[in-house]
Amino acid sequence: MDGVGAAGSVSVLLLSLAGSTVRLAAPLVLAALAGLYAERSGVVDIGLEGKMLAAAFVGAAVASLTGSAALGLGAGIAAALLLALLHGIAAIAAGGDQIVSGMALNLIAAGATPSLASAWFGQRGKTPPLPSGARFGPIALPLAQSLSEVPIVGRIYTTIISGHSLPVYLAWLAVPLTAFVLARTRFGLRLRAVGESPEAVDAAGLSVARLRFAALAVNGVLCGVAGVCLSMAQGNGFLRDMSAGRGYLALAALIFGKWRPWPVLAACLLFAAADAVQARLQGVVLPGIGSVPVQLIQALPYLITVAILAGFVRTARPPRALGKPYRPMQ
Amino acid sequence: MRRLCRALAALLIPAASLVVALSAVAGLVLIIGEDPGRALLTLVRGALGDPEGIGYTLFYATDYVFAGLAVALPFRAGLFNIGGEGQAALGGLGATLVVLTLGDAPASLILAAAVVAAAGFGAAWAFVPAVLQARRGSHLVITTIMFNFIAAALMTWLLVEVLIAPGQSALETRTFPSALWLPTLADLTAGTRFDAGEAPLNPIALFALLAAAIYWVLLHRTPLGYEIRAAGLNALAAQAAGIWVPRIILLAVCSGGAFAGLIAINELFGAQHRLADLPAGAGFAGIAVALLGRGHPVGVVFAAVLFGALNQGGAALSFDMPAVTRDVVTVAEGVVIFICGMLDGVVRGHIGQSLRTLWTASARQAA
Repeated sequence: MDGVGAAGSVSVLLLSLAGSTVRLAAPLVLAALAGLYAERSGVVDIGLEGKMLAAAFVGAAVASLTGSAALGLGAGIAAALLLALLHGIAAIAAGGDQIVSGMALNLIAAGATPSLASAWFGQRGKTPPLPSGARFGPIALPLAQSLSEVPIVGRIYTTIISGHSLPVYLAWLAVPLTAFVLARTRFGLRLRAVGESPEAVDAAGLSVARLRFAALAVNGVLCGVAGVCLSMAQGNGFLRDMSAGRGYLALAALIFGKWRPWPVLAACLLFAAADAVQARLQGVVLPGIGSVPVQLIQALPYLITVAILAGFVRTARPPRALGKPYRPMQ
Repeated sequence: MRRLCRALAALLIPAASLVVALSAVAGLVLIIGEDPGRALLTLVRGALGDPEGIGYTLFYATDYVFAGLAVALPFRAGLFNIGGEGQAALGGLGATLVVLTLGDAPASLILAAAVVAAAGFGAAWAFVPAVLQARRGSHLVITTIMFNFIAAALMTWLLVEVLIAPGQSALETRTFPSALWLPTLADLTAGTRFDAGEAPLNPIALFALLAAAIYWVLLHRTPLGYEIRAAGLNALAAQAAGIWVPRIILLAVCSGGAFAGLIAINELFGAQHRLADLPAGAGFAGIAVALLGRGHPVGVVFAAVLFGALNQGGAALSFDMPAVTRDVVTVAEGVVIFICGMLDGVVRGHIGQSLRTLWTASARQAA
């Protein structure tokens, strides 16, 4: 192969890897931002996984029954909101252990989704494949077609930026929005305050519980979109355990990103890139190494997570009141 | 007063969470479109209605005692070990390696070595997350979950590439020699009036009770147990009192891993007689067992029997009503964990506080 051809195929490979990274990052970004709202308000959320799974199932089930992607999205968000509310009742209102209730929600979602899928659709833990109108298909951004011939910029625009589904665009919009809300709005200031020093927020006459419930409401909506993204945009219907640990990866990305929106996005992109590369590596024979066992490649995102948590967590400082139920002096 | 409050909580919280969990199962069955009353009856009958059901219930309970202790011990040190699944899988690997390498040695020697290996491999799999928590502050909950995924990948790879019995396609090792099959309730009762069918309940159940006793002695009658409890109540105070907390984290989490590894002994030598995929879910059930049993060995044993009954009842239920899958058992576990965690917060928080104030005030008036 001549030099120009090799360089061309490498750039095509890189472009398509970047495109899949952007796509695969979306549910992680949404879930990690959901965790960001909860944890900046002082509520640990290990239940991202369960909320995504519930939303993925309910969204796909409703979309499959009604044929409407919009109704599916709404139902998915409602399911995640319901679980977020339950988490709030246990963790905020009752002052229970936040990790325990998050883990409980994960188990409830892991058990309830395949039960209901089997009972309603008779397909052993999944929903039937969605017809095209009930899914979120790729949306080409304006000018994508005409710019596709422009070297570099045009190619990047058409392959990486354009041609994603609605939830993916929502994920990318959510990052600057969250950064703005946290840094520049009254709600954001109060959210950060209630996570650092609930006593001060209480003394200022604001309700700690109400602020934390509000944070969990945002959390539920974002988890809902994340779940719907899995089953109705990237997948074609719900599969048993389809969140496959992404909720926990998102939590690790949140810690790695030090609970700040832009670094969290970077962390999610790292995990997504690992995921995109692992999809390409399967069955490939690497020069000098031979073929890598498929199981090792599949375990890659989890190994990277552990390595990151081992290497970088020391430098991160969580919100001061994280995980502590607020109990005013009596 | 404190004691009474605690005793009350110890009885009321499990009772309440059980009622809510059964209602949740009934609700789910109703949504699925079956008769919830008949479902609950089938569940109870399947678990406790005949010797075979009871045998299975106690067999699963044996798994859950180990799984519960695996969560309960680190919990007393203030740590949440969610890695029971992976630790149990690695325990199975350890036991299998012993069987495959020791080949012709006397059965009792192999069994003893397998017990040690299962506990050792389980502890070793918990070691990395424990070290990362102790030395680097990495969140144990996330690292143990990641290690569950990594263990699943590792075990699949080992079964596919290394351990698979030659000349067959099923992902399992060769069958263990029958000298290593533990006697079961089924063998014992075959042909009698109490025929327990296929129930694989075996002497490891007694060993699980022993483990629960060891857990109690370790926590309440040894210096290490005192240090574990002190570190769990207040790590800073423990540190100030000269307890080396990172060491406590390491020991508590690895002991938890050792308990989880023992699940494999019950499964491999009692029921499966080969290494295939260990039944998933015992590790997670352990969380529910530990919380429902409130970290007390007697409570853990009772909770384990309860979840054993639920698991066996769930199997009978899905057999009787094909629309209802065994996943409803997972939902029940989740609900129990949820209610336990919530009510625990209530007892410790506002309501518990005002109840205590009320009680002391009325006691003073009476005096």
